[in-house]
Amino acid sequence: MAERYSSFNPGGTLWLLQRITAAFLVVVLAFHFFLLHFVHHADEVTFGMSQARMSSIAYFSLMITFLVTATFHGSNGIYNALVNQGLSGTKKTVVKWTLVVASVVLVVNGVLTAIAWSDLINIGVQGIFG
Amino acid sequence: MSQSYNRGLVEDFGRWREFSAGMWAWIFHKFTGWVLIGYLFTHIAVLSTALQGDAAYTNTIVALESLAVVRLLEVGLLAVAVFHILNGLRLLLVDLGVGLDSQDKSFYASLVLTGAIVVASVPTFISGVF
Repeated sequence: MAERYSSFNPGGTLWLLQRITAAFLVVVLAFHFFLLHFVHHADEVTFGMSQARMSSIAYFSLMITFLVTATFHGSNGIYNALVNQGLSGTKKTVVKWTLVVASVVLVVNGVLTAIAWSDLINIGVQGIFG
Repeated sequence: MSQSYNRGLVEDFGRWREFSAGMWAWIFHKFTGWVLIGYLFTHIAVLSTALQGDAAYTNTIVALESLAVVRLLEVGLLAVAVFHILNGLRLLLVDLGVGLDSQDKSFYASLVLTGAIVVASVPTFISGVF
């Protein structure tokens, strides 16, 4: 019964990071849903409400960490699912770097959006993009 | 001494009739993972309308939330997220060697609990749109 069915190399760094981010995301994703659908309702969302939340350093840093961990967990999950499906060689390299670039674009876009809401950091993001 | 056993690609979906509870859990986890990472990109794209200014963001959210199809998709998203969270907890326990003998029962429990949470949440998610 020594067969392994996991998509990951045993003992690998990515395997460990996938589990650590999972443990974090279980809690924060549930909190995110609860706060934005049950405490507040999605149809009541306004820029001002998002701005008020994002101007708290605790909430702002939690959301940035949420974005980074979710992006890593999702991209790493996709990569391993495709490798498990038989992806190899040049295609594997292309997929890996496509996921890396897409992840970086996603995180940068998300961080810029968080900064646009927040009173904590004022670097004129709206002036650049608005 | 050693026997080789070619079980082919792990994800040989053509064998779906032979799948056990654990295999279905694995497939559902993978499917919900694909949906969640796809949604993450969409979510950040919608939120990044905040980069265009207060009105653009608020108007975008209000317009989207006024659509019944968006509310129904949000219920679907909740189902996907809750299952991924609950089955993710189950996987973390399996990785720690906890409850291996009842991993099939914990999968069924994840499904039932997901169904119960989603059904109980429907009124909150669709309030005011119909």
